[in-house]
Amino acid sequence: MNLPTLESINLAASLPVLILAGWACLLTAIDLFISPERKHWTAWLAVLGLLASGVALGFEAVAYSQRGAVSAFGDMAVVDGFALFLQGVFLLSAFLGILLALNYLPRHNIERGEYYTLLLFTTSGMMLMAMAADLIVVFLALELLSLPLYVLSGFAHPRLDSEEAAMKYFLLGAFASGFLVYGIALTYGGAGTTLLSGVVEALVGGGPAPNPVLAIVGMGLILVGLGFKVAAVPFHMWTPDVYQGAPTPVTAFMSVGAKAGGFAALLRVFLIAFPATGDTWGVVIAIIAALTMILGNVVAISQSNVKRMLAYSSIAHAGYVLVAVAAARYPEVEPLAVSAAVFYLLTYAVTNLGAFAIVIALERDDGTGVEVEDFAGLAKTRPWLAIAMTLFMLSLTGIPPSAGMVGKFFVFQAAVQASVGDPLILTVTIIGVLTSVISAFYYLRIPVMMYFRDGEGQANVQPALGVALALTALATFLLGVVPAPFLQMARHALLTLAG
Amino acid sequence: MAYEQYIAIGILIVFSTILALIVVFASRILGPRRPSPKKLVPYESGMTPIGPAMRRLPIKFYLVAVLFILFDVEVIFLLPYAVIVRRLGLYGLIAAGVFVVILTIGLLYEWKKGALEWE
Amino acid sequence: MIPLHWFLLVAAGLFSLGVYGVLARRNAVAILMSIELMLNAVNLNLVAFWRYMAPETLSGQAFAVFVFAVAAAEAAVGLALIISIYRNRETVVAEDINMLKW
Repeated sequence: MNLPTLESINLAASLPVLILAGWACLLTAIDLFISPERKHWTAWLAVLGLLASGVALGFEAVAYSQRGAVSAFGDMAVVDGFALFLQGVFLLSAFLGILLALNYLPRHNIERGEYYTLLLFTTSGMMLMAMAADLIVVFLALELLSLPLYVLSGFAHPRLDSEEAAMKYFLLGAFASGFLVYGIALTYGGAGTTLLSGVVEALVGGGPAPNPVLAIVGMGLILVGLGFKVAAVPFHMWTPDVYQGAPTPVTAFMSVGAKAGGFAALLRVFLIAFPATGDTWGVVIAIIAALTMILGNVVAISQSNVKRMLAYSSIAHAGYVLVAVAAARYPEVEPLAVSAAVFYLLTYAVTNLGAFAIVIALERDDGTGVEVEDFAGLAKTRPWLAIAMTLFMLSLTGIPPSAGMVGKFFVFQAAVQASVGDPLILTVTIIGVLTSVISAFYYLRIPVMMYFRDGEGQANVQPALGVALALTALATFLLGVVPAPFLQMARHALLTLAG
Repeated sequence: MAYEQYIAIGILIVFSTILALIVVFASRILGPRRPSPKKLVPYESGMTPIGPAMRRLPIKFYLVAVLFILFDVEVIFLLPYAVIVRRLGLYGLIAAGVFVVILTIGLLYEWKKGALEWE
Repeated sequence: MIPLHWFLLVAAGLFSLGVYGVLARRNAVAILMSIELMLNAVNLNLVAFWRYMAPETLSGQAFAVFVFAVAAAEAAVGLALIISIYRNRETVVAEDINMLKW
């Protein structure tokens, strides 16, 4: 038996995750001794953990630029550009998630230190997911990502809608992870190993007793499980209810983090373990992408609750990233498509967190005030808020000068390259462009409301929320105007086989 | 072929099923049936039952069950470690130590939150 | 030795029972139990595959242990959510939990 050595575990490479997870454990204990009036201390301590993790991530990124990808935990995890980029997105989202909650929780009388520790736990799950190179790690990271989110959705306990959202999210999430893990078990049976790089070897080169049929069935079940996490259409039913019921900062963080975590797994598993069956899953994912974009955008038109509308919008955006995933199955398009997907996730993260920050500013203490009508007249009472919200809505639609436009352009560029000789991808790309146009109907309804309707738009921007708003608005604008440095980073976000 | 060794179990299953059925139906067919109100009460010579048998339990039991299941199942990680503790040496000791520390933080959390108090 | 596909059939049957339970039962605790049944089916699969196909590496067994632990964590979170919703509403029937559209 080979004992793991310090080199094969490579703790240094996984330091960002380890710091965050360890700090989350410690903070759970520290929070017990912080008096209920001073829970904001926990928040700042959590930010400290994120900062430490971010510094480690910076060192890791510098090291990566010199020596390339390395594996950790005996090939079960890999630190490559893809992992580093997404880990940065997760840390940023978690930081903004804390800022959004800092004033929201006391205002709604639900200030408990667990919010911050659970947020750290779920973030470490996402970061682990980004570097997973083994199906066991994929499963563990998915659970570490999901379980705290189930609890967080019910965080406004004893508010009933929050508890129901948590229950619904939990039951459907656990159901989906059952499918995922059954799929992983079948893949293991088909390939004889759980390492992603081993699965591809077994399926292509013939391992001990490879059984492609088992592996393909397993692949389908994995797609079901991950499709649920990213809220792709036929597995999206939970999304509107959970997003509406959960406390708004949780919704904001969940819509960004859980989705990006799900896509991290989807890209890694399908591009590294199952490239040989690309023509099977490529078709399925392309069709799912088309359905997701159509349903998300069309149903969003009829929503009057902004949280619910943003939920359908998040379904639709999952569709756009899926287009990039479907395009990535062609090896020559893969680098472009993968970097398009991760860049899209970054733009979506800053934009959506910003949009939710505005929803939080408008939300009254009893949880109302999040209807589209509540935006009426906001341009007169709070002109800066109105400008920021307009920017976020433009970005979600994909209109310049905003991050969303660059993200969409990048995705469609990859899709067009992949569509050479693949009419399905071409059709899906056209559907994507058309549904983007449709999405303008409901996104731009809010700026119209703000600028052209009379009303006393009420908003309550507290300091932390203001900082979050300024950051997201600035990032949305900068990513739209000078995207080059970030695109450059995304270009380095390549997937690497472990080892 | 390889199933021969299971023949004995198979025979046992078949015969025990048949025997059980015989016992159940023989008493139904052969026994006299003269029901009276006294005979129909659940405990023929005991107390008259009060209320339904499906009593609601205090929800505190659920909490204990939840806490129990967590710590109970985590032992599954320590058990394989215990089997090869010598071969794993210092490395295993550190790994198991980290694991136990994390569990202890959980226990500390429960304690401070008052989940271990019954009243 | 019993052929592998027998184990796989039992596991598939268990998994289907679990799926049926999730879809058909209305009590949240029963749904949770059905989900546990699905995870147990997975464990059976994992151990069977490990024994028949890759006994030289331990990943199948280790995975089964992790699934076990995760199932316990899921059950704990689920039961806690069910308790808190029950305290509030005195029901755990999924259809009665209908403030948001199911």
